[in-house]
Amino acid sequence: MAEMNLVQAINGALASEMRQNNDVVVLGEDVGKVGGVFRVTQGLYDEFGENRVIDTPLAEGGIIGTAVGMALYGLRPVPEIQFADFIFPAFDQIVSEVAKFRYRSGGEYTCPMVIRTPVGGGIRGGHYHSQSPESLFIHTAGLKVVCPSNPYDAKGLLLSAIRDDDPVLFFEPKRVYRAVKAEVPEEDYTIPIGKAKVVREGNDVTVVAWGAMLFEALASATEVAEQGVDAEVIDLRTLWPVDIDSIVESVKKTGRLVIVHEAPKACGFGAELLSLAVEKCFVHLEAPPVRVTGWDTPFPYTLEMEYLPLQHRITPALLETAQYVP
Amino acid sequence: MQTQTQVVPIRTPEQSSGDDIPTVLQPDGTLNEAHDPKLELSEVLDLYKAMVRTRVIDGQLERLQRQGRIGFHIGSLGEEACIIGSAAAMREQDWIFPCYREFGALLWRGFPLQSYVDNMYGNVDDVVQGRQMPDHYTGRPYRFGSVSSPIGTQITQAVGFSWAAMSKGSDEVSSVYFGEGATSSSEFHTGLNFGGVMNSPTIFLCRNNRWAISVPSEKQTASESFAAKGIAYGVPGVQVDGNDVLATYKVVREAVEKAAKGGGPTLIEMLTYRVGGHSTSDDPRAYRVQDEVERWRKTDPILRMKLHLEKIDAWNEEQDEAFKKECEAELKACIKAAEAKEKPPLETMFDGVFAEKPWHLEEQQAELLSGPRAKDHH
Repeated sequence: MAEMNLVQAINGALASEMRQNNDVVVLGEDVGKVGGVFRVTQGLYDEFGENRVIDTPLAEGGIIGTAVGMALYGLRPVPEIQFADFIFPAFDQIVSEVAKFRYRSGGEYTCPMVIRTPVGGGIRGGHYHSQSPESLFIHTAGLKVVCPSNPYDAKGLLLSAIRDDDPVLFFEPKRVYRAVKAEVPEEDYTIPIGKAKVVREGNDVTVVAWGAMLFEALASATEVAEQGVDAEVIDLRTLWPVDIDSIVESVKKTGRLVIVHEAPKACGFGAELLSLAVEKCFVHLEAPPVRVTGWDTPFPYTLEMEYLPLQHRITPALLETAQYVP
Repeated sequence: MQTQTQVVPIRTPEQSSGDDIPTVLQPDGTLNEAHDPKLELSEVLDLYKAMVRTRVIDGQLERLQRQGRIGFHIGSLGEEACIIGSAAAMREQDWIFPCYREFGALLWRGFPLQSYVDNMYGNVDDVVQGRQMPDHYTGRPYRFGSVSSPIGTQITQAVGFSWAAMSKGSDEVSSVYFGEGATSSSEFHTGLNFGGVMNSPTIFLCRNNRWAISVPSEKQTASESFAAKGIAYGVPGVQVDGNDVLATYKVVREAVEKAAKGGGPTLIEMLTYRVGGHSTSDDPRAYRVQDEVERWRKTDPILRMKLHLEKIDAWNEEQDEAFKKECEAELKACIKAAEAKEKPPLETMFDGVFAEKPWHLEEQQAELLSGPRAKDHH
């Protein structure tokens, strides 16, 4: 087993699947010779050639539109959108076509593909290199949405996603692309889509997070432990279809729920998670569920650390929720 | 075929078969040998019959919509030659990516008329199980795509699909239909650009029928033609008399053969005219003068072909009437059968969103099936 960061784990998973399956192709802006602006596809062009690793013209709608055609033909395209902030020119293809092909064609056509894209802030990227648009895709019937937090999960989830018969949005938390390291097995393994992971067990309050914010939630859990609050931290890993059983099981135990995400609060995924928790475990709740999220503003540049739901905002939310008395 | 893009102005009906663009069927019923695809007589008759059948179906479906028996129809009155001619030019192994006005091409491919009518009714036997409005059909077994309503999305898809075939060493070519209005969409520009760069075996079929709902083609572009738009992408662009089924066949077939040999994509502007409304939801009297329609009627693709067939004694009025009656009877039987069929069962609403039903759809399906509408639904 080798220690890897997220970039290396995703790169290794892509290479491994491309060796096993000739139908897997990678396409996008700068994914070829230079290996992507984050180097996630580095080395693939040299190993697999220009018919498997395609430097496309600069148009996200074209990247996804041509990937749709490839998927309809029977390939397994893994298109990259350079930043999630640039996915919107492809929104029509993703929402109206990728997500709908199986349903609208009565199952005659399917559109399996993995749309990889770096997501999230904290990298001094300003509005157009920092956003977290996951809820737009969760709201769209027909898409699966995944966001790993660490290299081990990233490899296992990416292999599952590529082998999945449905389209998957694969959000990569770029703030921790190189910061998080873990032992990643050389051999093939998968992590099922739709399964969350309890990464810290606790009895007093449940924290649901994913991606880069998982580490902020864990840091807060450690911090509040010193004050006698025992937080349970769930790494969602798959955002949709969400592992509702894991959330319900935890909330039934703790009676208290804090949801953390970078995206704006209004209609963010936290709103859905909170509604589901209320619907499914209302009588178990001992405190109002709380969302710690990005603000309902555009993502700011200079003040980004005040925008993000970091440890300094999660900790008081955990304490207040855990200590809430009606 | 012309490999150089010709830049010629948007044409009036009288100019639609000018000397500088391929035309076969002449006003006197003779053929212009220079562009004649030289098909067997039986093939020519098949093209003619397919056009007539398309028109008969159009007329009947429009009536059904007016009677409130189907919700919608989007027809191809006046555009039969460019649709049938281009579909017929695709070889058996080739694929067709439709816009939404090409049911004639679908039927040409052998899609059963009953299935098409079932789609108009969205009944239990509809291939797409009533999930889409009428005329949004899918025909994968017939190497035919799946209709969606957003403009131009099929263009980049056809590029990716045909490139995928080429990358696997196949000689399958894909054609993709769109109206001239769609040339304003980003998908058109992206599709032509990607197709040019990737040298994909894609035939871009622009049905220039002069009207994008109520907007005339001269308000769609300041270019001299739609074919000219290929120049910027390194994609040869040609115009063809789209009301001439033989000319359309020839030009498309040559582009297909070129693409199959690695020669790359071609943009073909088929000059035609939308004699009817955009769809049954549209009344063109609100935005265009009848005189224009009448001038175009003189270039009617079916009459032009019929004149030729009569001139060579291959067809007569009696046969024409008999064939139309045959088409009407066939359609009537399909309509009767479609109207007798049930709606798709309630639970099918939740099928096919994903390969396997996730928990939230299981929950919602159970909610619907235990709800007040379930007991009345057959």
